[in-house]
Amino acid sequence: MKAILEGSHAVAEAVRLVKPEVISAYPITPQTHIVERLAEMVADGALESEYICVDSEFSALSACLGASAAGSRVYSATSSQGLLFMAEVVFNVAGMRQPIVMSIANRAISAPLSIWNDQQDSLCLRDSGWIQLYAEDVQEAFDLHLLAYKVAEDHRILLPVFVCFDGFIISHTYEPVDIPEEKDVLAYLPPYVPFNKLDADDPLSMGMYATPEYYMEFRYEIDQAMGRALDVIKQAGKEFKEKFGRDYSELVEAYRLDDAEVAIVAMGSVCGTIKDAIDAMRAEGRKVGLLKIRVFRPFPAEDIKKALAGIKKVGVFEKNVSIGSRMKGAVGYEIKDALSDSSVQVLSYVAGLGGRDIRIEDIKKMTDAIEAGKGDCFFGLREELI
Amino acid sequence: MADRTLELVDSGHRACGGCGPAFAARLILKGAGERSIVCASTGCMEVFSTPYPQTAWKVPWIHSLFQNAAAVASGVEAALKRQGRDEHVLCICGDGATFDIGVLCISGAFERGHNITYICYDNEAYMNTGIQRSGATPFDASTTTSPAGKKSFGNSRPKKDMPQILAAHGAPYVATCSIAYPNDVIKKVERAVNTDGPCYIQIHTPCCTGWGFDGSKTIDIGKLAIETGLWVNYEIVNGKIEKAKKVKRKPVEEYLRVQKRFAHLFKPSVNTEEIAKIQAIADANAEKFGIDLKI
Repeated sequence: MKAILEGSHAVAEAVRLVKPEVISAYPITPQTHIVERLAEMVADGALESEYICVDSEFSALSACLGASAAGSRVYSATSSQGLLFMAEVVFNVAGMRQPIVMSIANRAISAPLSIWNDQQDSLCLRDSGWIQLYAEDVQEAFDLHLLAYKVAEDHRILLPVFVCFDGFIISHTYEPVDIPEEKDVLAYLPPYVPFNKLDADDPLSMGMYATPEYYMEFRYEIDQAMGRALDVIKQAGKEFKEKFGRDYSELVEAYRLDDAEVAIVAMGSVCGTIKDAIDAMRAEGRKVGLLKIRVFRPFPAEDIKKALAGIKKVGVFEKNVSIGSRMKGAVGYEIKDALSDSSVQVLSYVAGLGGRDIRIEDIKKMTDAIEAGKGDCFFGLREELI
Repeated sequence: MADRTLELVDSGHRACGGCGPAFAARLILKGAGERSIVCASTGCMEVFSTPYPQTAWKVPWIHSLFQNAAAVASGVEAALKRQGRDEHVLCICGDGATFDIGVLCISGAFERGHNITYICYDNEAYMNTGIQRSGATPFDASTTTSPAGKKSFGNSRPKKDMPQILAAHGAPYVATCSIAYPNDVIKKVERAVNTDGPCYIQIHTPCCTGWGFDGSKTIDIGKLAIETGLWVNYEIVNGKIEKAKKVKRKPVEEYLRVQKRFAHLFKPSVNTEEIAKIQAIADANAEKFGIDLKI
């Protein structure tokens, strides 16, 4: 069924279709419309979930952890400050291998307070052990939720997933969305089968502490599972294509890269703008393409290396800043590492922070800078304010 | 009726000899029974009972973080409800996790009315990290962060009234008890887990290491706390105080004198002024709860 839905409501539809037994979330802009819509669904009986109106994001994810440990499929959503407030639980959930899926409507971090979009929130939790998926548009945001549960709950993986999409730009934008049939979603994502659970008939202890003799192996196992996720995500994406027609079998997506000399690397909604800018530049005869990263954790270094083979210059569009680092952006380092066998130049451009608008002209200017070899900087600053 | 022979916390754990909380854990599960799920906070009990790959717990047990047991329990309870399961959901947490860092999660869980029993084993300081002051530390107790000194008599504030705070949340059943009276602990836990809604139990668990007394005296110290009126065993049922244990009160000095945490009140000479302040706390307790036996 095709419908025109606000991004948040599309995500809520996806959650309705995966039928979590427990939902626990706390309101924060720009995520709020998701949990409001879910609350309506529960109130109307359209969704049979326990909906816990918690006291904070910290409790939201803690309650999800408890429910997941008790054997239920669970869901939460947050943004920005909320994600940082739950950060301690974020690490804990991954360490305890609970396959929780959480939407992140990406938003800037205070101070100064900003409700607008960038990707600082999810990126600063890159080392937490959560799989991180980034959506470009509303349809992809919808689809990735189904995929996320399939990957998370796979007993080879058992890791939690952030499904990230840009706050307001996706969460509050209406777009046409293809909503699959309930039976098809069920065929793709069968009911949750926990690997183990809290159960009086079969007692076990969860979350025990580990001495130096044991701790490292637990962390190693998480990293191993993350590594396995590279293939499991591809398989889940392939199956998604077979079932629903949209192809998520690749972790990265190339746009007009084939004969390109310059590549822009980006994540999230800005990829749409970049594609338009590339079309415009291509019309002017410039050989530029885009590599969109859909999966940031696990980091698909091999796929990126393959996709960018033959490219001369790479610019990374960074909606985050790693303050004090040389390149300025966090993603650039990983791209540089993926391409470390080659002599290709990789430069970071910190742009669009705190919701600063990115237009086609900006992407053209960024391409000029990439070609000129000038980067590892903030891009689009208002010089008169500095 | 609780099976008092039931042992659901196994021997061989790493608690100190004479550990009050270790005894409390056994009593709690005698009251709650086998069909219980325990949500623990970080703290002494977690550390002495679950060094991977060993566990002392014969019931399902989960530890997430220091401050979120009540929120974890909320999720467990919601999941059980949705799955149509019947286990009791318990939190067993120390006083630091309960009085201080976990208050947000506890308040939320109680306000939302989850069917859980939250049990605080109250040893009156952060013992796991080395005897630091918490909101449960009594007046004038010397701890590593409220040390007695030339210009200090130890902890300068009275103990926070957590039972009253949770009763104010509308908890149907709130109770205090002491490991010195084991049957009372078992009965109160049994009542709590069989009461719908969020219930709170605070168990006085003397800590030989943190308070400074010989591990063979744990029960005696617990009794003295009751007998001096510095700890009162009572129940708050639907907001009303009921059944406070009556005693023939002893002077507080008898309780203070046998613990190192109060030793500064007796050196170089007896500090009658400070001891009088502590006596006043006991007197106020006696008045409030009506615990004095009329002879």
